[in-house]
Amino acid sequence: MKTADKCLNNNYLRYVHLISPRTKELRSLFRAFWVGGFICSIGQALRFAFESGLGLQGDELSAYVSMVMIFLGALFTGLGIYDRIGKYAGGGSIVPITGFANSVVSPAMEFKTEGYIYGLAAKMFVIAGPIIVFGVASSVLVGLIYFGIYNIF
Amino acid sequence: MFWEIVLTFVKTFAVGGLICVIAQLLINYTKITSGKILVFFLLSGVLLQAVGLYQYIVDFAGAGATVPISGFGYLLADGAMKGAKESLFKAITGGITAAGMGFAAAIVFGYIFALIFHARSKKN
Repeated sequence: MKTADKCLNNNYLRYVHLISPRTKELRSLFRAFWVGGFICSIGQALRFAFESGLGLQGDELSAYVSMVMIFLGALFTGLGIYDRIGKYAGGGSIVPITGFANSVVSPAMEFKTEGYIYGLAAKMFVIAGPIIVFGVASSVLVGLIYFGIYNIF
Repeated sequence: MFWEIVLTFVKTFAVGGLICVIAQLLINYTKITSGKILVFFLLSGVLLQAVGLYQYIVDFAGAGATVPISGFGYLLADGAMKGAKESLFKAITGGITAAGMGFAAAIVFGYIFALIFHARSKKN
């Protein structure tokens, strides 16, 4: 009887082990999907509003939309709301441009005690620094490659 | 007109959500940190636009493609490619000019909000 119990127990534990990470994972994917999609939809709503309300178009339109999104991301990080969204949504809150704003404000707030120059201003770029470095470097590289292509052909 | 707007939102939601799901898959299956994920998505945006593909996603999904950080990479690459048509100077500065609003907003709003608000304890 006892051995049978143990056997059942082990089987059950193995079964739980097999099943539980999967459901957790599916849930995290679902959360990332709907929160990420929702944040992008806010951006799309802003696009419609600026297009019809202010008559903006093209590059100017998307520039102002990303400005407002970064503003919102920074504001919600300051209010402490974005970190809660992050805990819930994972990738859904990291990848949108609001997550970039979050990565600027969050460490800056934390290191404010070390001063406004070497604390706040320097730590703004703990995560954003690499993004700016790789972004600028890769865009210069793309520009040079295309300049080469246009001038050879 | 109404259904057109609804359809645009559906496409935005689906594509934006899917890009975030890719990030979540990276978080689940690898141990890479969120900072590296941001760099990875930025560089994929640059690369996809450099080969001319990201423009199709932007045309299809609007903000669903431009709001994720890969859209920032798209902006950088697109600016550089447009500048390269004109001169060497604009080939180098074009990407930074196109993304200038993003940089300016992140730095200015980042500083202001970090100044105003205080960090909360990690407990809550």
